[in-house]
Amino acid sequence: MTASAGAAIEIRKASKRYGAFTALNDIDLHIRPGEFMTLLGPSGSGKTTTLNLIAGFTDISSGTLEIGGKSVTGLPSHKRNIGVVFQHYALFPHMTVGRNVAYPLTLRGIRGEERDRRVKRALDMVKMADFAHRYPNELSGGQQQRVALARALVFDPPLLLMDEPLGALDKKLREWLQLEIKRIHRELGTTFVYVTHDQEEALVLSDRIAVFNGGRIEQIGTGRELYDHPATLFVGRFIGESTVLRGMAETTGDGTTMIIGGQRIFAQGRLPGEARPVILLRPERVGLKRAGADAVTGENRLSGTVTEAIYLGSGSKYEVRLADGTVAVVRSPLGAADFAIGDTVDIAFLPTDLTLLPDDASADVTLT
Amino acid sequence: MTDMPDRPALLTRWRPRGAVWLAAPAVLVLLLALAYPLAIVVVRSFTDPAPGLDNYVWFFQSAVNRTVLQRTFVVAAWVTLVSLICAYPYAYAMTIVGRNLRLALILCVLVPFWLSGVVRTLAWVILLQDSGVINSFLRGLGLPPVKLIRTLPGVVIGMTQVLLPFMILPIYSVMKGIDTRLLQAARSLGAKPWKAFLQIYVPLSLPGVYAGAIIVFILSLGFYITPALLGGPRSILLSSLVQNQVLSLLNWGRGGAMGVVLLVTTFVLLAIAAPLMRQNHSSTRREA
Repeated sequence: MTASAGAAIEIRKASKRYGAFTALNDIDLHIRPGEFMTLLGPSGSGKTTTLNLIAGFTDISSGTLEIGGKSVTGLPSHKRNIGVVFQHYALFPHMTVGRNVAYPLTLRGIRGEERDRRVKRALDMVKMADFAHRYPNELSGGQQQRVALARALVFDPPLLLMDEPLGALDKKLREWLQLEIKRIHRELGTTFVYVTHDQEEALVLSDRIAVFNGGRIEQIGTGRELYDHPATLFVGRFIGESTVLRGMAETTGDGTTMIIGGQRIFAQGRLPGEARPVILLRPERVGLKRAGADAVTGENRLSGTVTEAIYLGSGSKYEVRLADGTVAVVRSPLGAADFAIGDTVDIAFLPTDLTLLPDDASADVTLT
Repeated sequence: MTDMPDRPALLTRWRPRGAVWLAAPAVLVLLLALAYPLAIVVVRSFTDPAPGLDNYVWFFQSAVNRTVLQRTFVVAAWVTLVSLICAYPYAYAMTIVGRNLRLALILCVLVPFWLSGVVRTLAWVILLQDSGVINSFLRGLGLPPVKLIRTLPGVVIGMTQVLLPFMILPIYSVMKGIDTRLLQAARSLGAKPWKAFLQIYVPLSLPGVYAGAIIVFILSLGFYITPALLGGPRSILLSSLVQNQVLSLLNWGRGGAMGVVLLVTTFVLLAIAAPLMRQNHSSTRREA
């Protein structure tokens, strides 16, 4: 594997329709050369369809798709020179590991010593060189997926696509392989496009994440941007933990005031247009205080009852039922005061520590 | 390199004691209806009319017998080949068509099983005979007639039709377990569609091909009704000779010797073919 320059991907106004069903609705996506881009979303959101379009497994219904500056419309997958890793490994069961990895090289007329050398290097990269003479059914799932990765990279493609490659593996193995994939991406400089529905995985791996929902892209950005500044309620709820507060709202100057369970909450900023605002709170931006105690100027307070208290080692996690019935999630750092189930408490947060977003009923439904 | 170890399974396979007795009825039937009569045939081939190898010496000294034995294997090979050529695309079609069409295709395979072999063979007589349907058709087109009835090609055609399901079903059962997403993977690695098919799909379907070929070949060797009715004096197969010895000449010893020769030759061929089949080192089934 030579460190080849990764290919850029440019998708403009792309749609994919199956009969009356629109799988992908007018998406724009620009992926930079060498970038690790994750397509994140629930099942049926269009992320796998996008991957299939790039791989050439399905044709685009309308719009344009360029890889490395060239339009690939109508180009069949075997001419695109793209590595693909599948969730189900897709190793050829009648070939040894070595022959599986050699297969794309043989197809390209690379034979003899050169082929052996490159197979060895690809297997070394995924730490599977000792298994070259084994058959796929003699390997564990994690080992098979590493071989599949070697096979997809052995011919130095400028672009690697991965479709939930770790979805069938257990948690420990998944976390370890995530780091392996990250290391390989750093070493090669190949453009990686990675599909997953696991937001934690997306945060661990990606340079940038495109969040898909209902055949559209809701937001593209770094993990930090998506977490701290979600553009939509869907993104805010899909990435990380959150509490959503709803209530009567009125704008006051440069701020918004909301009435939640009879208590007034002040939020910095206001939404443009007529959209109904909701408040999104991150658990670690919220403090837990004894009812009525320790007031700080300008702080918002909502009273409630602790319904769950979990000790996590690195801190504690609480669930608090507020007056309006909403269950708020709060994470306290190590050393903060302890609370027990049944305690009457206030959750406290500053007007700048919340995110004001337009309400979107579909954000709740799609998550289940 | 240490990989994460696979966790030991909580449940081991359910294996009640004494389960082997479930096979008892079948074993009993096989012993009574196969092993016992076979033993008698073998014994009589060495003892009837007198102890010794006389029956085998007679068999191999007769040029007719040797010709017929050879012809029997040649016909079986032809039937196997023609069946394979017809069955492979048919079985593949069964895996890719929709549910209703697949049902229709399966029905087409099974219907012949529901008809008596004699009836089907007589139908072939009507089709193949000199003034039959095929030759009338050719004459209608102004083409010269072909001699099919009482010839080896006629026998091969008739036997292929009867034995085709035994080729289609094992091939289909293997094909439907092949994960076609492997073809997509092969294409993503740079394989043209036909290359992906030849290099990935065909090797994975071979266990079914071997199974079907062996079944058809062995059944062909012992086929009696079809070759007897469709064949002529120049297309007699070993089964007819056995019938002649045992039923017409009441010579159980010679008939038995013929049967044993056929059996032993079959075993030898199977022994040659076995390593070929074991070579295919795969679980073609989709991994969970």
